[in-house]
Amino acid sequence: MSLPKKARLAMNNADREFSRQLHKVYAWYTLGVLIFIALLAWLESRGLRREWIGASFLLATIAVYATIGIFCRTTDTNEYYVAGRRIPAMYNGMAIAADWMSAASFVGLVGTLYLGGYSGFAFIVGWTGGFCLVALLIAPYLRQFGQYTIADFFAARYGGRTPRVMAAVAAIMCSFVYLVAQIYAIGLISSRLTGIAFEIGIFLGLGGVLLCSFLGGMRAVTWTQVAQYILMIIAFTVPVVWLSVKQTGSPVPHISYGQQLGKITQREEVLVRDAGEMQVREFYAQRAVQLNDKLAQPAQALALDRQNAARKIVDLKAANAPVRDIAVAERALAQLPRDEKKATALWQQSLNAAQIKAQPLSGLPRHAQPYAGNPQGTTAEKETFNTARNNFLALIFCLMLGTAGLPHVLTRYYTTSSVRQARSAASWSLFFILIMYLAIPALAVLVKYEVFQNLVGLPFDKLPVWIAQWSRVDASLVSVVDVNLDGVLQLGEITLSSDVIMLAMPEIAGLPYVIAALVAAGGLAAALSTADGLLLTMASALSHDLYYKIIAPQANAISRVTMSKVLLLIVALVAAYAAAQKPGDIVFMVTAAFSLAASIFFPALVAGIFWRGATGWGAIAGMWAGLGVTAYYMVVNQPWLRSVFAIDSPVTLWWGIQPLAAGVFGVPTGAAVLVVVSLITTRFNPHTNTLVESIRYGSSIIKTSTKAEVTAKTQKNSI
Amino acid sequence: MPRTALQNWAVNKRLTVALLLLWGVVSFGVPYFAVDFNLQWLGASFGFWMTAQGTLLVYLAIVVCYGLVMNHLDDEPAQESPASHE
Repeated sequence: MSLPKKARLAMNNADREFSRQLHKVYAWYTLGVLIFIALLAWLESRGLRREWIGASFLLATIAVYATIGIFCRTTDTNEYYVAGRRIPAMYNGMAIAADWMSAASFVGLVGTLYLGGYSGFAFIVGWTGGFCLVALLIAPYLRQFGQYTIADFFAARYGGRTPRVMAAVAAIMCSFVYLVAQIYAIGLISSRLTGIAFEIGIFLGLGGVLLCSFLGGMRAVTWTQVAQYILMIIAFTVPVVWLSVKQTGSPVPHISYGQQLGKITQREEVLVRDAGEMQVREFYAQRAVQLNDKLAQPAQALALDRQNAARKIVDLKAANAPVRDIAVAERALAQLPRDEKKATALWQQSLNAAQIKAQPLSGLPRHAQPYAGNPQGTTAEKETFNTARNNFLALIFCLMLGTAGLPHVLTRYYTTSSVRQARSAASWSLFFILIMYLAIPALAVLVKYEVFQNLVGLPFDKLPVWIAQWSRVDASLVSVVDVNLDGVLQLGEITLSSDVIMLAMPEIAGLPYVIAALVAAGGLAAALSTADGLLLTMASALSHDLYYKIIAPQANAISRVTMSKVLLLIVALVAAYAAAQKPGDIVFMVTAAFSLAASIFFPALVAGIFWRGATGWGAIAGMWAGLGVTAYYMVVNQPWLRSVFAIDSPVTLWWGIQPLAAGVFGVPTGAAVLVVVSLITTRFNPHTNTLVESIRYGSSIIKTSTKAEVTAKTQKNSI
Repeated sequence: MPRTALQNWAVNKRLTVALLLLWGVVSFGVPYFAVDFNLQWLGASFGFWMTAQGTLLVYLAIVVCYGLVMNHLDDEPAQESPASHE
């Protein structure tokens, strides 16, 4: 039973009018973006300098986001936390898509597929597959519940403070890890776009985010995210279509990449047997042996290195060598690792790199081949194959359930105007995500073709400029070394980091610089939009769940919003500080956040909706168990975490599953504990039945008044 | 509780289970048997294409199907006979 027909019609008319206005605004915006690109393309042809093109993209886009923030500024609680709950489904779909597609999607994924081949598809399938879970199991029910944060749901459903605090703290934890990765990308892109220092780039980008979320909360963030989505999709589509037309003559890369894949497979066979490539491989194999020897006796090896470096200086001075050579030798001595521990770490890192480079195709798997190893081969090959496949499936599992537990995406569904709209928004968001995601595998293949066909085999004195420019930003991103001194670039001599492949793609393919700047601006939009959503989620968890609901329940609406804004600033600064340290292994951090979100949130969230029997104790125990198992497995097995927590015990993988996918153990454990504890405890929330019924049947049965009563009751109960 | 709401919930449950089954088969079955789908399709093997793009299209179909059916159920007047939902 819904509202009277007349009221519904009136509402529909108002909605339609609102949508029509939005169509108009965003149509003009899209046109403006296209004109801006065309203008800069024209200026480039007239000789405008690259730095200026990059800077105009950076400043223009941030100015647009900041303007939206200023126009949408608000101090109203409903507007600030859930954008007044009146965002139409289609625009919510775009906002969710932008919120959800992070720097990892836009900047990292093409690189991951380029480097990992088929194994990279785990991210594509995992991230999009999680959307089915969101749409079917969570989003409509959360909207029906209709509060402000995920912790609100935990508090109302399970009763008491503990579930709320746990959910809020877990949301902050997962979001923070994810946020650091976004801010790192912001720094990377802005320093490449304008040539400014990485740290300044971080704060410049952050300024744009803050202006927006600080002033306007969810309302400003939503409209900015729509604008960012449009920019992202233009920035992704233009180069991928261009590349496809250039290579195959077809404007539909989604289909045309198949023929390029065949050519890559042929080229791989040639490169594996190439004499130059074999020399490079031999060089790295020898280096790996040397490093292994050094690692066996690090103290002696370091002393010997020092001795050799010192003797070289003496020899040079004795031979009256040029001052420059002596200075180089002195710097080499000064740069030797200080102590044994640092030396071991450095050599271990070089050893890993050398071992990868010693493999055929410098460690790139054959692009069209699903897994390493061979199911019909020797026992060892079968073993490799099975482990690779199990890890692939485990990673998919974690990413899917993690997507369904990510608080910043779930809270977006609160902003729809009804349950119907929440369902439509889920469809729209997946549709908008797929516009980009369906083309990502194609782009990875097209870029690989460019590298294999046009870059490999170039003489060293004719290398394109982007290589030098990117290695100046950070040498670990791009580097080329003429290992076998033949003056020709071999595949094994190129090191490309996965973070850089998408951003350098226009230059790799020889497209105009304006396209490179456009892609960078798109990457910036992806990072900023996700950072916006994450910051807001963390600030709400801190101000709404911890401050208002636990510490100061008497706080009025305005002071809550003010509190949220202050906290937002603090969180942003802390995250920027963390990102400025350039923490290693972004992919690990992001995936770890998904594994943690999956094991903490998913079982309790789904059980709360679908199983009346789930009790507060069950949820608390389940969340702890899931978190405990996942965190334990990661800490004991992941190299970086092992060094942080100083763990010496040997690495013991369960069924060969990598620590990235620890959620595959955490989720079932958490779910099992939740069920068992729920069965032996009693519910301490007397309103569970009413609440569950209102969430399940609400959309078709409970009238607005009763719904309000239920939420009022549960709210009272939760405080 | 009027019967229609419970009926709707029953349809919802059945639909959710069916779609999640499809989701599970596509998500985990396709990568599991990826090597065995050797059929050539759009220039790649079918297993490769399915994981790269096909699966995503199935996901979209699942989400859209759920949204359309459930929103249609919500639209129906509450007094209508329960049989029509079956």
